[in-house]
Amino acid sequence: MPKWFNPAAILCGLMFVVSPVLIARAPDESSMGMVYKIYYYHMPSAWMFLLAPLVCGASSALFLARGRPEDDRRAWAAAELTVLFGALTLITGPLWARRAWGTWWVWDARLTSSLVGWMIGWAYLILRRYGGPGSDKLAAGVALFGAVNVPFIYISVNYWRTIHPPTTVVPRLPVEMGVPLWFCVFAFLLLFVLLMTMRLRLEETRTRLDGLYVALDE
Amino acid sequence: MSAPAGGTPFARSVWLVLQKDLTVEVRSREIAYTTLFFAASCVLVFAFALVREGRAPEGGAAGILWIAIVFAGTLALGRTFERERQSETLRALLLSPMPRPAIYVGKLLGIIALLAGTELVLVPLVVFLFNARLFAHPFWLLGIVLGATIGYAAVGTLFAAMLVRARSRDVLLPVLLYPVVVPVIIAGVQGTTALLQPAFDPALVRFWLLLLLAFDVVFVVLALWTFEAVMSD
Repeated sequence: MPKWFNPAAILCGLMFVVSPVLIARAPDESSMGMVYKIYYYHMPSAWMFLLAPLVCGASSALFLARGRPEDDRRAWAAAELTVLFGALTLITGPLWARRAWGTWWVWDARLTSSLVGWMIGWAYLILRRYGGPGSDKLAAGVALFGAVNVPFIYISVNYWRTIHPPTTVVPRLPVEMGVPLWFCVFAFLLLFVLLMTMRLRLEETRTRLDGLYVALDE
Repeated sequence: MSAPAGGTPFARSVWLVLQKDLTVEVRSREIAYTTLFFAASCVLVFAFALVREGRAPEGGAAGILWIAIVFAGTLALGRTFERERQSETLRALLLSPMPRPAIYVGKLLGIIALLAGTELVLVPLVVFLFNARLFAHPFWLLGIVLGATIGYAAVGTLFAAMLVRARSRDVLLPVLLYPVVVPVIIAGVQGTTALLQPAFDPALVRFWLLLLLAFDVVFVVLALWTFEAVMSD
């Protein structure tokens, strides 16, 4: 592990311990009361859920172009993080929507494209797991299509009316709400980087081990 | 059928691949018949599921038509490449001096021809069984059906070709394909539904058609590049 890993992991843990206190002390929202507070976790995980497929798609394109295994490992790790942060987003979102909109789920642009993005993440992992030899390149192709696809899904579903709050809400937040939000965003970002580093390290070790087994056989 | 003497080497290669597929299919008619029968069975199953008191739900015809096309298309894609795998002919194609994108385009045109043939029967069947007024605007209908078929086939051909060498490819094809072609399915269903409205709105149909065309262009270009990269070993 790199030298910064342990201090960063401790910092990340502390941030997640402190974050509920900050969130609890943030003021209630005028129309929704305290229900809105789930969004301090929902929005950061949704942002990581946007970041992960971008990393996966870009790494896959690099892997197809250059064929270096480290690009492939990064794409795989990012696909797993897509599924993880996607799950967090898709669990926290409906919890909030049940109180705010009165329903767990609506088929609006953001929700549908998130669900489809999450399913593409799963499809990638299923292909890696069950595709057999050569599935690394195939999965890279799927990731590329998945990344390019998201705007299309977004436009097509946006044509049905949307009720999800727009992203313009973030810069207009008052300070007492903005500070806990950005605190949570950084905590999630740190978690993302840490998980990614761990996952890459695991995969590198596995590759090295496989190489050693092959060397032993020869 | 013979390859035209003129034309660029690329167009000639595309024509040769397409001609090969069509010749095999015309001789056996295996994929065309099974796909068509499967599509008709899908329509029947959905008719039993959705029709109440002899009437289909509002806009149900569009959904049924596209589900049948998507399901039957998966079957056709799987069979087309299974045929190439059984006798290792895909390897032979890849070893030939033809440019890789030409192989992809040839296979794609073959799939589109097969799906278009299925739709020639399927659309009148849906019109007849569900009393859907789809033929009121034939050119818009042609545009929507063709646009969605090209988009679906563009991704489907690439994924089916990639999966030829993978384990459990029959299951993996729909698992990978359906999430990625969601926009095509949405645009196809919504465009067809717009055609069925009593008050026809050309602007709405044009929007879905343009979205389909944009999707087709982006995905065919991306598939050409990916096919070359993925099928390189």
